[in-house]
Amino acid sequence: MTLSVVGYYEPWWIQIIKAIVIFAVALGILPLVIVYERKLIGRFQNRYGPNRVGPFGLLQPLAEIIKFATKEAFRPSTSVGVLFRLAPVISILTAVAAFALVPFGDVQHIFGTPVGLYGVDVSIGPLYLFAFGAVAFYGIMLGGWSSGSKYSFLGAMRGAAQLISYEVSQGLALVGVIFTAGTLSLTGIVHAQEGMWYVVPQFFGFLVFLIAGFAETNRAPFDLVEADAELVGGYFTEYGGTGWIAYMFAEYLNVLVVSGIVTTVFLGGWLLPFGIHPPGWVDPFVVLAKMFLIVTFFIWVRSTLPRLRYDQLMSFGWKILLPLATLNALVTAVLVVVTH
Amino acid sequence: MSWDPGRDVIEVIRAPKPGPARATFRAFAETLRGLKTTFARIIEGPTTIQYPEEKTPVYPRFRGRHKLHRFEDSDPAHPGLEKCVGCSLCAAACPADCIRVVSAENTPEHRVSAGERYAEVYEINLSRCIFCGYCEVACPFDAITMGHDYEMSAYDRDDLIFTKEMLLAEPLERTPLRREGE
Repeated sequence: MTLSVVGYYEPWWIQIIKAIVIFAVALGILPLVIVYERKLIGRFQNRYGPNRVGPFGLLQPLAEIIKFATKEAFRPSTSVGVLFRLAPVISILTAVAAFALVPFGDVQHIFGTPVGLYGVDVSIGPLYLFAFGAVAFYGIMLGGWSSGSKYSFLGAMRGAAQLISYEVSQGLALVGVIFTAGTLSLTGIVHAQEGMWYVVPQFFGFLVFLIAGFAETNRAPFDLVEADAELVGGYFTEYGGTGWIAYMFAEYLNVLVVSGIVTTVFLGGWLLPFGIHPPGWVDPFVVLAKMFLIVTFFIWVRSTLPRLRYDQLMSFGWKILLPLATLNALVTAVLVVVTH
Repeated sequence: MSWDPGRDVIEVIRAPKPGPARATFRAFAETLRGLKTTFARIIEGPTTIQYPEEKTPVYPRFRGRHKLHRFEDSDPAHPGLEKCVGCSLCAAACPADCIRVVSAENTPEHRVSAGERYAEVYEINLSRCIFCGYCEVACPFDAITMGHDYEMSAYDRDDLIFTKEMLLAEPLERTPLRREGE
C-alpha cells in the first residue's frame, strides 16, 4: 500500500517546493558539518578547533564563506575559460542531485496532501546515484584539465582512476542489498529492513560500501586526488574564491550523500530498533542522527589514517574490495535463491 | 686496502611475510588500533591554553619585563624610598646597551632614594633588551629585578621605552606563576 503512493506522482508544485527545501537543507547542513569536522578534528589532536567566531565558533564557516566570496575571481592564463567556470557547477549540482535521493522519511500527510520526505523516489535508486556519481567525475576531470596546470591535471587523473575503480566495488556492494530487498527503490529498501537492518546480514557489503565511499568522496585515507602534500591541492589547485568553495561544498555534500545512502541502505533509514514506531515527523531526525554518526566516523578515520600510496590504493581497490564485493554479491544471490 | 662491498652489507633479519589472509587481518587490526589511539585523544581533552583569557604560567626564575623596587612603607630606616641609587652599574653591565640612567643628588627636602644619589631618569628600551638579566646581577641594592611579564608588544617603538614610573608601578595584570611541580 505504502509503495503504491510512493514518490514521483506528486503534483509539480510539491516537486518544486521539495527541490527548494532540499537545496536549503543541504546548504544549511553543510556549514554545520564543516565546523563540526574542524572542531572534532581539533579534539582528535588535543586542541579546540575554531571557537572564536560566534558562539562556540559556529559562525566560522559564515566568516569563511564571506571571505571566499569576496575574493577576486582569477583564472590562470592557460586555463580554458568556460570549462573552468563550469566544472565546479557540475560538481555541486550532481552532489545536490544525489542528495535528493536520500529518503528522510516515508510519505507523510502534510495538510492532507501526501508528501514523500525525499527529493525523488526513483525506481532505479542506486543506478541514479551512480549515474550522478559518474557525472560528478566530470566536474573533477574538467576542473583539473581546464585549469591548464600539471598539478591539477595529475589530481584529476588520479581522481578519474580512483573514482572508476571504487565505483565498481561500491556498486557491487549494493547488489547484495538489492537482491535481498527485491527492489531498487530506496524507500522500498528501507521498508524491507523492518525487522532487521541490512548492516547485519550484509555486513561485508556495508564494509565495502563504506570504504569505497571514503574513496568516492575523496576523503582521507583516499584523498590522493587532493593530496595537498604532493599535488599542492589536486584538481582544484588553480581555483580560488567561489570556485574553490564550490568544490569544497560538493565534497562535503558528497560525504553527506554517502552517509545518507549508508543510512538508508544499511542502517534502516528512518526505522528505529526494538519496534519503536515514533510519529512521522520524527523520521527526518532519526535519519539525520544516523547520518551524523556516519559523518563522525568519516572524521574519525580522517584524523587517524595516513594517506595511501597510489599503488596501494589501486591494489586495495581491485584486489581486496572488488573480490570481497563480488563474493558478497554471489553468496547473497545463492542464499536468496535457496531460501525462496 | 680495496673496498669489499660484501663486508659492509648489514643483513636485515625480518619476520616471515604474512599470508594474504593474515596480512588483511593485521591491516584491519592495526586500523582499529589507530582509531582507538585517536579516540583516546578526545578523552584526554584539549591541552590548548586559550591565550588572551588564560596565560601560560611562568617559572619563578623566568626573566620577563624589569621591575624597579621601593622599600616597604613599613621599613623603619627608609620607608617608601626607591632602592635605586643611580649608580649606573646596570647600564654598564647591559650588553644590549638599552638602559639609560641619569642620576641626581638627594637633598633633605627632596629625598627619593635611600642613598646619596638617586636616578632622575631611568629608562629601559625594551625593543633592544635581550632579557639576559645582567642588570639584575650587577645591581648592588637589588633595586632592579626581572619580573614575570611577557606581554610587551606595542604599536609604536616609542611605547617600548619604559620610564622609571612605568618600571616602578605594579603591572596591572599579574602573570600567573607556575606552581610547584607543574
